[in-house]
Amino acid sequence: MRLLKSQIDQKHGAGFATLLPEEPEDMWHAYNLIQPTDHIRARALRRVSKVSDSGTVASQRITLELTISVTSCDFDIGSGQLHVAGRVASENEHVKLGSHHTLDLELNRKFTLEKMGVEGSDKGGGWDSVALQQLREACDTDRRAELWAVVLGEGIANICLITEHQTILRQRVEVPVPKKRKGYSTHDKGIEKFFSITLATLLRQMEPSTSNSQPEKTIPLLLASPGWAATAFLQYIKAEATRTSNKALLARVPSILVAHSSTAHVHSLSEVLSSATIMAKLSETKYARETALIDRFNTLLRLDDGRAWYGPKQVESAVQGGAVGRGGGVLMISDSLFRAQDVKERRRWVGLVDQVRETEGGEVRVLSSLHESGKRLEALGNVAAILTFPLPDLDEEEDGAVAANGGVDDVDGDMVV
Amino acid sequence: MGVLRAKNVGYDDEDGYGEEEEYYDEDEEETPGMSDEDREQLQTGTLKVKEGLFGSDVTVTDAQIQEALWHYYYDVGKSVAYLKNKYGTALEEKAVTTPKKQKTPSRFDQVVEAIPATPKSATGRDPSFLPLYLQESSPCTAPRLNMYIGHLVYPLADLTNYMPASPSPGFFWDTPWFGVPSHRLGEITIEPRLPRGRLLGGSSKPSKLAALAAARKKKQEDAKNATPATNVETDKAVTLLDKLTLKSRENGPQTPRGASSEETPAPRKYLRKRSPSPIQVPKRVASPPPEPAKPLITFPDLRAQPSAFAAVLCGLDSPCHESPETVNSFPLPYTALPDFKDANPFAGPSPDDILSVTIGPKPKPARRTSDGHDLTTSMEKTVIEESTKVRSKNLNVVVEFNRSGLKRMANFVVIGHVDHGKSTLMGRLLFDMNVISQRSIDKLRKEAETMGKSSFALAWVMDQTSEERSRGVTVDIATDYFETDTTQFTILDAPGHRDFIPNMIAGASQADFAVLVIDASTNSFESGLKGQTREHAMIVRSMGVLRIIVAVNKMDTVAWSQHRFEEISRQMLAFLTSASFSPKRITFVPCAGLTGENVTRKADDPNAKWYTGETLIEALDASELPKRDLEKPFRLTIGDVFRGGITTPVSISGRIDVGTVQVGDNILCMPARETATVKGIEVKDCPVDWAVAGQISTLHLVDIDPVHLRLGDVVTPISSPIKLYKSFSAKLLAFDHVIPSPVDVYRGRLQAEGTVVRLDALLNRFSGEVVKKHPRIVKPGEVARVRVRLERELPLEVGGRVVLRFRGETVGAGVVEG
Repeated sequence: MRLLKSQIDQKHGAGFATLLPEEPEDMWHAYNLIQPTDHIRARALRRVSKVSDSGTVASQRITLELTISVTSCDFDIGSGQLHVAGRVASENEHVKLGSHHTLDLELNRKFTLEKMGVEGSDKGGGWDSVALQQLREACDTDRRAELWAVVLGEGIANICLITEHQTILRQRVEVPVPKKRKGYSTHDKGIEKFFSITLATLLRQMEPSTSNSQPEKTIPLLLASPGWAATAFLQYIKAEATRTSNKALLARVPSILVAHSSTAHVHSLSEVLSSATIMAKLSETKYARETALIDRFNTLLRLDDGRAWYGPKQVESAVQGGAVGRGGGVLMISDSLFRAQDVKERRRWVGLVDQVRETEGGEVRVLSSLHESGKRLEALGNVAAILTFPLPDLDEEEDGAVAANGGVDDVDGDMVV
Repeated sequence: MGVLRAKNVGYDDEDGYGEEEEYYDEDEEETPGMSDEDREQLQTGTLKVKEGLFGSDVTVTDAQIQEALWHYYYDVGKSVAYLKNKYGTALEEKAVTTPKKQKTPSRFDQVVEAIPATPKSATGRDPSFLPLYLQESSPCTAPRLNMYIGHLVYPLADLTNYMPASPSPGFFWDTPWFGVPSHRLGEITIEPRLPRGRLLGGSSKPSKLAALAAARKKKQEDAKNATPATNVETDKAVTLLDKLTLKSRENGPQTPRGASSEETPAPRKYLRKRSPSPIQVPKRVASPPPEPAKPLITFPDLRAQPSAFAAVLCGLDSPCHESPETVNSFPLPYTALPDFKDANPFAGPSPDDILSVTIGPKPKPARRTSDGHDLTTSMEKTVIEESTKVRSKNLNVVVEFNRSGLKRMANFVVIGHVDHGKSTLMGRLLFDMNVISQRSIDKLRKEAETMGKSSFALAWVMDQTSEERSRGVTVDIATDYFETDTTQFTILDAPGHRDFIPNMIAGASQADFAVLVIDASTNSFESGLKGQTREHAMIVRSMGVLRIIVAVNKMDTVAWSQHRFEEISRQMLAFLTSASFSPKRITFVPCAGLTGENVTRKADDPNAKWYTGETLIEALDASELPKRDLEKPFRLTIGDVFRGGITTPVSISGRIDVGTVQVGDNILCMPARETATVKGIEVKDCPVDWAVAGQISTLHLVDIDPVHLRLGDVVTPISSPIKLYKSFSAKLLAFDHVIPSPVDVYRGRLQAEGTVVRLDALLNRFSGEVVKKHPRIVKPGEVARVRVRLERELPLEVGGRVVLRFRGETVGAGVVEG
């Protein structure tokens, strides 16, 4: 994303920024930046009907610059399209004020995002710290790492594109592979068919998108599977590339990484990305860092020494208690919380982030909800914290529920499970 | 004689030796036909001719003179002129060739003598002496034939009498138009009306040109023969013979080049068989006259008259048309033998009977007969009705099952750490139970040795995919069957490798009890206890398996140490009881899968004397089985979807969890919500009419597209479908720390993505009472109620068993509460 022009009042958070999205991922950033009640001005295509004096209706499609006040945002992960719905905020000769319009933000077409500032309860949140950081991140074009990953097992393959902020499941391939049976050789045939379909799908997905104007860069490819499916698939790719003399594919073969995952499901990616071999080979990337962070949190949680907490209430009370501060305090928060439709909700989390960052001096990590690490955080209630010192039981729940005979094991009986 | 001679003469020019051999031939055949008077005349004639020739330098033998005399009817003058003409013209050559000619047969003799057991013909003549063309042309079959049907001694005269003069048209009756097999190919030699190379007009004199050519040929031949003269005589003879064979190849059917003289008769044998003449031979045999079997059906002669071309080519006369009957009835020569006549091949039991006696009666047919219902015929009926709707027979399967008196059925899963010998032990078990033949074991052993993995041979009984064999690791569940006197067992051989635990879960979900295989050797047991020995045991327990047999394997590597066995037993007992197996349901059996000791037979090893307990097979037999729920609505979890064949394009297999199914039932596949009809049922690869809970069966379906069937789907009756869940609550036994996180949910073959969204409560392990609400984390060994949300709707039932895994570790296993 390129920042063409901006005028932001630091004090009140009011102002506008004119942005030019260049990559599909920029749409994701835009999606995170745009809040309800913000104003967006962009080029729009609208069907306008005119009633002539004689009463005939002539309708035509015209392009026009349109400013709308956002009511909702819709992001399609697969295609990377962002639809912003709202009501027209500035009248012109074709469109009346207050009429509805849905803007489709497009790549390489600039738009202007205006936030109204903190004043007035009906207005949006303005350019708060989180929004400004997101804007910075969005416009930072240096750190761009992308990775194609295929997580596969017998008869199932997930083709994913991992970018800085997103893990996009581009295609899921499911081919029924007959299980081994006595005296039948259908299994090997099924595997062969599965590989050929997967490779064809992968190649189709990896074809450079025409919309991308930037010079084509080779994105590394990672194959991960339980057992030896990934190795076998790599061999299949090699054989196919040689057989069909596909030079482009043949050139890629040496750079393909093979990793081990425990299942063929997408969430095994977190396991793959945190493995030492892959970490060493891939540059320091956001998703790798986030995965490592969540792993560290899980380890602490298992130790159960009261230094790892998750859940909104618990984390908030920990922050109030000053435990997420200098010297190792980390607040992990999912970006989905900042997309809250409710302005108050967003303010709550922005406030928490500001408190940790500014007053406590702790570290804040906003995890992308589209990565596997973000999904794991989502399961934990979208927010978690590593504390600098152990806090006693933060559970507000009554402890009196412990049954009187809770500690006594009735050894003779069968277990309930 | 006349015909014979005319034929023979025809070959003279082509065969350098023909001339003299003809002479032999004639001489011999001639002599018996001559009267004493003739002989006397010959004697005197010879003397006279000799006198007549005396002046000239022509040297001829008595035989030649006699021949000439015979031709000219003892006219001395004519004979002298002929002889002078014949032998005088090629004077010098004759001088050389005559002794040569006489030498040649001697070489043949040598060759023949070098061959130890050349069969002599009945007439005592050495067949090798027969001119080659004679041996290959049909009129001479008689002496040959005598050779081949050695026992049947027929008077030669008899046979020759009935030899047809020319090949009959029946010769080609079964010859295909195209692609004639090489052994059938022959050169057609048109027999000249007149001896070739002789003068027209019946004179037996060769033309001068022919004589010249013959002489030149001989000269060349002699020059050739002269060169290796220094060689050993036999060698020469052999080379000579080789040349002969070469020649004969030019002439007619091929003898393999360079074939030793021993082999030379072989191709002739073929010819004999194919030529029509021997067909008639046995018919005419006088001594034991086997009446030629009259063909039951007389075939009308469909063959057309030979074309003019064919007639010219083969020299056929129209009366030679042979009726096909003679060909249709084909009494073999040996049928006349007394041995053959007396033999009664069906007196004893057939090989099949012998086999079935040794194997014992098959279970299925036995059951059918005991049924009272003729299920076999009805089964056939349903198969015939393929095209129409499959009709249910509306059997009361529960009643049928109780009446069938089947042996009890048990499925057991074989679990344990990788490389502890699960597959090998099961391969051994199947081998010793005679499910696998020695032959296939030998084959596997050979294959294993070529891959340098000879110790894997038994494991390959179970591990059948190329990947499993090359890696030496079981990947997927292998299913096999065997039975003892009391029980039909189904083996589910699970993979031990940690990556394939999902497959192991699929196997465990089908099992009634488990066999835990443990490697007794040092360190292996310990590493297993940290690894999959532990995990597998806990999974099978939480899958609801109560009975476990611990097979302490590879006892041969620790010299059947009692100490080691007891140490392992002690540790395992402690662990298994902590995993809430009841001690009375745990059995320990020491065994050695590779050698087969204490698997089906007691150990032979003297070190194993201390063990007096049961063998593995006895322990299996002693297992008590859970009660089957036949009355509940039918449930089958799909374990495999495949194309069974052209008539069964959609087949599913899996274990029937509860209830019963029969052919013709309409079923519902969940979560696809698609209906199908059961066209056929197979249990243990045998078609049956119905199947009951506990059986691992294959259902052939119709009226459904296979895309609707996925592994882990549940098949139910339409009347009582299974409920689909998007999220469920489960009572979970934690194997590891449980926190809300994404997990893999396993239920049988079903693998799904899900998320533990909430930890509702910690429970008391035994009473199930709530100990603590909303725990932050569930520690290993604790029981908790958790909420799991699934990515897609799945068929689940209250009381169903699920396993939750995350990042390759089993997080917990539990029971669905709804």
